[in-house]
Amino acid sequence: MAEAHPVGFQWVMEAKRRGAKVFHVDPRFTRTSALADTYLPIRAGTDIALLGGVVRYILENELDFREYVLAYTNAATIVSDQFVDTEDGDGIFSGFKPETGTYDQTSWQYAGQENGGGAEDTEEARETAAGLRHESHGSPIPGVVRRDETLQHPNCVYQILKRHYARYTPEMVERVCGIPQEKFLELARAWTENSGRERTGVLIYSVGWTQHSVGVQYIRTGAIIQSLLGNIGRPGGGVLALRGHASIQGSTDIPTLFNLLPGYLPMPHHATHPTFDAWASSIRHPGQKGYWGHARAYCASLLKAYWGDKATPENDFCYGYMPRLTGDHGTYQQVLNMIDGKVKGYFLLGQNPAVGSAHGRAQRLGMANLDWLVVRDLFMIESATFWKNAPEVATGEIVPEQCRTEVFFLPAASHVEKEGTFTQTQRLLQWREKAVEPPGDCRSELWFFYHLGRKLREKLAGSDKPRDRALLDLAWDYPTEGPLAEPSAEAVLREINGFEVATGRPLGGFTEARDDGSTAMGCWIYSGVYADGVNQAARRKPRHEQNWVAGEWGWAWPANRRTLYNRASADREGRPWSERKKYVWWDEEKGEWTGYDVPDFEKTKPPSYRPAPGTSGPEGIAGDDAFVMQGDGKAWLYAPTGVVDGPMPTHYEPAESPLRNPLYRQQANPTRKVYPHPVNSVNPSPPEEHSQVFPYVFTVSRLTEHHTAGGMSRTVPPLAELQPEMFVEVSPELAAEAGLTHLGWAHLVSGRAVIEAKVLVTDRLTPLRVEDRIIHQVWLPYHFGFEGLVTGDSANDLFGITLDPNVLIQESKVGTCDVRPGRRPTGAALRELVEDYRRRAGITPERHAPVVTPADGEGAR
Amino acid sequence: MTPDPNSLYGPLDPAPEAGWSQAPPRMGFFTDTSVCIGCKACEVACKEWNDVPTSGLDLLGMSYDNTGALTANSWRHVAFVEQPRPAGHRTPPFAGNPTDGSVSPASAAVAAGTGNPTGTDPGVPPGDPDAAARMAAGPEFLGMPGSQPPGRTGTADGRSDFRWLMMSDVCKHCTHAACLDVCPTGALFRTEFGTVVVQEDICNGCGYCIPACPYGVIDQRKGDGRAWKCTLCYDRIGAGKTPACAQACPTESIQYGPLEELRERAAARVATLHERGVPEARLYGHDPDDGVGGDGAFFLLLDEPEVYGLPPDPVVTTRDLPKMWKRAGLAALAMAAAAVAAFVGGSS
Repeated sequence: MAEAHPVGFQWVMEAKRRGAKVFHVDPRFTRTSALADTYLPIRAGTDIALLGGVVRYILENELDFREYVLAYTNAATIVSDQFVDTEDGDGIFSGFKPETGTYDQTSWQYAGQENGGGAEDTEEARETAAGLRHESHGSPIPGVVRRDETLQHPNCVYQILKRHYARYTPEMVERVCGIPQEKFLELARAWTENSGRERTGVLIYSVGWTQHSVGVQYIRTGAIIQSLLGNIGRPGGGVLALRGHASIQGSTDIPTLFNLLPGYLPMPHHATHPTFDAWASSIRHPGQKGYWGHARAYCASLLKAYWGDKATPENDFCYGYMPRLTGDHGTYQQVLNMIDGKVKGYFLLGQNPAVGSAHGRAQRLGMANLDWLVVRDLFMIESATFWKNAPEVATGEIVPEQCRTEVFFLPAASHVEKEGTFTQTQRLLQWREKAVEPPGDCRSELWFFYHLGRKLREKLAGSDKPRDRALLDLAWDYPTEGPLAEPSAEAVLREINGFEVATGRPLGGFTEARDDGSTAMGCWIYSGVYADGVNQAARRKPRHEQNWVAGEWGWAWPANRRTLYNRASADREGRPWSERKKYVWWDEEKGEWTGYDVPDFEKTKPPSYRPAPGTSGPEGIAGDDAFVMQGDGKAWLYAPTGVVDGPMPTHYEPAESPLRNPLYRQQANPTRKVYPHPVNSVNPSPPEEHSQVFPYVFTVSRLTEHHTAGGMSRTVPPLAELQPEMFVEVSPELAAEAGLTHLGWAHLVSGRAVIEAKVLVTDRLTPLRVEDRIIHQVWLPYHFGFEGLVTGDSANDLFGITLDPNVLIQESKVGTCDVRPGRRPTGAALRELVEDYRRRAGITPERHAPVVTPADGEGAR
Repeated sequence: MTPDPNSLYGPLDPAPEAGWSQAPPRMGFFTDTSVCIGCKACEVACKEWNDVPTSGLDLLGMSYDNTGALTANSWRHVAFVEQPRPAGHRTPPFAGNPTDGSVSPASAAVAAGTGNPTGTDPGVPPGDPDAAARMAAGPEFLGMPGSQPPGRTGTADGRSDFRWLMMSDVCKHCTHAACLDVCPTGALFRTEFGTVVVQEDICNGCGYCIPACPYGVIDQRKGDGRAWKCTLCYDRIGAGKTPACAQACPTESIQYGPLEELRERAAARVATLHERGVPEARLYGHDPDDGVGGDGAFFLLLDEPEVYGLPPDPVVTTRDLPKMWKRAGLAALAMAAAAVAAFVGGSS
């Protein structure tokens, strides 16, 4: 965190100053480790084993915050007796369909709900990264469940969880992760000691957790621990996701993703959502508890924002104009489609896949096979010059004279040259003013898209083709200002907030949305950011003029709430758990919820409220159902649906691992998304043969001095000089084994690429003892590319493409490679070296790693 | 006004001494290395605000330090020291891992030779490999009885102990600033805030100040010839603003304020750290009785000053001036007396 989020890390230092104990788990000793109280080196890709060990430690020693667990989690809920755990299925849950590599979730459901409609089509869910929808709400589940408040029923979630993690002992953690038992126990003790009425603990993660073939399950395991310890919805608790850029949260809220619409509404699917009603109902889930009951109003209001007067209840608000998904249109599928000639044009905005995405060679070969490519960036980045400067030019794979892609480079305005909002990890929107005019031809994204739309509409004006109606009927009338005709960002924010169509009055919040066409709302979760016609995101009231939650600084979605599910900061009766951890509570006299934050509960619903049987929607939420966006009002220790790779996190080895999974026959996530394309490959892992060809584990991440793919830092002298060369960090032990010298050269080989780097031999890396073997890990920064003031080979070139099945994030935090001293070959010899390794590892275009690990002797070759 | 008896050496408030009447309180930096996260925001903010040129695109291999030293083109420098020694207040990072001996001293020695050999070019003077290795290994075992056997961390038992020190170095703005005292043009002057600033339009590049500095801070820029160093953002503090580095520091490792207040804060911080089991915390440059009359920019360190590349006992070159003058005077008197005696004796 100190390494990649130094500004946020000031609050960790502040907590430390007040006596907090800081643990840091990382494959390499970083600047964060330097300031932590305890550092735990871990084998990359084994965090579920570590966290599962903590879950077991909590359950075996009954250290959970029992009152909280009983009141607010689904620990007491009874699961179907058809459910079979991975412990009994060799690492695979019940319902697995080997032919598709997905699960039928029927047997995962709560008892009595097996056919209750909770189970989703996991095949389509995987193709469309449906897990992303749950950012703002839980998964559908019928509200009425069977419970055993004693937690003794063998099929209650508590007992199922206990059995699932029974083998995740400190010894197993040591065997899998390479973390000595004493170290593990120190962590487990400190974490559980900071739990209960008086104390909380916080968990912070970043893309070191997400970019794995089991990335979502990493976070699920963290959430299970935090729920068991009563650390959700309370001050000083939570699972904090640090985002990779200034407004990554904003870019999923108002998404730049293929499968989502603003506010996590799903992009319509051609088969599942043929009509507006089918689409809206699929979100609303009739009969379910909670706030999704109003989804139809959010859907209608969004379309009303898109098509204005043309969107009416009679024409389903122009639902027919909406594009439809037909399957996986994620970035990696698209790159492979580019290579196959199925994609003609591509827009790149502030993204540098030639350096920043996994399998850089595939990225560059794909972009070299387009008709046109538009790159909008601050600097001339690798993704704009690959056609003449890529490593593939040296190897003869891209010939500049023959490269068919026409690249249009359009200079972009930086964040200080345009106004708008950033949404940070707390879901806080902060407005920023323009400091200076953009120089020369640089323009904001808002300018670019507004005028692009305007020109397209001008060109199509008078067209009577039905296909052009969607564009021509758009409400595309933003006021512009200044000599550059810059569209007003405030006007866009006002539309995002939503307004009453008849009067133009800005709405006060999403509860005012209607499904009759009387309201328009660009992003329902952001509604309220322009309440009363005031830009709430621009508020900057100093902290000493308000309470410590500082609710008048900026604006947080939803409803300016700073901590989600904060009803859980009070006990079942609505009283604070303790004076020290007081946050939101029930005021008996006034008959309402009150506190330092905006209560995440119906303001006047008393803790004693119990819904009549069969009640759905918000009225179905009981007075002690703190998790109001979940179908059953509870935090899920066990997820009967919503996660396509299992109801409970299970340790699987990374897609590329030098080790056999010590826990199960199943080696890697059986539902991971694989792409059997000739350009893609996976290095062999046990029990396959030849895994020793790539004996070392490599992981990549950031340095403080550079920003992601380097487009904004390798180009700027004061930053470029601070880390001026590509390097690889190795332990002294590996340096001795591989013959590497400090500041000498090394090259690293995977089944995809070979890259070279200067060697930093450092005590900050350590070998790990895993299963009686010594595992060496190397670390690389992924910032370098072939443009800019400082250049170097790209670490991401080493990765292949394997994705998490829930959200289609790539596994780009762990892979296997070989490390050799000296510089890499150049020209044709470079590919020959890679081919030689591929031959020795048995990698051919036809060979695909088995997704389901066969039983011994079944021929996993 | 009578000159202060301490005007050449000893405790002193430098601004009034330099002739400022009604000077504001002396301002300075307190750099608390125990909360430094090595982000180098100070280096970048300094360069951005003061328009300092690049100091070279070379990988030095000195841990994450690619700046190397304070030079004409680097007015803040973050040192990174990897040490195979216990941090006292924390669990050994590599306890139980299958490690061999430490490589930190060896890699520091290799890295020390990678600087530009041109001295003030504006790059980094090549270091002494032996000294670098000693630094990375921590203080030397001097034969005093200790609780640990010598060489504990470099044996086959592995290197379980490890710590990574980071420290943002800067011009010390000495109470008795030798650079200023030797400057023949008056380009270096004492500001009303008690800081020391080079006036770029007066400096003639004579270079006298460079060997005078007991910390090796001030430096000549090649191709320009003039001397450059931290101004403690004279333009910013004059306008009531915080210097760029302190403003950018996310963890308040660099604190700016009235020196008196900073000294109190620093003493309290050291006490807190000692209470929390960090006995190695100590202040550097805070003492008005030290060889330079105390620094305007002082530090909280977690090891001996040498480990960070700081001189253990800096002394202003003017300290010996009175003594030298006295001796010179005595010598002159003696010679005169001898001459007189010769004449007087000769006539008798």
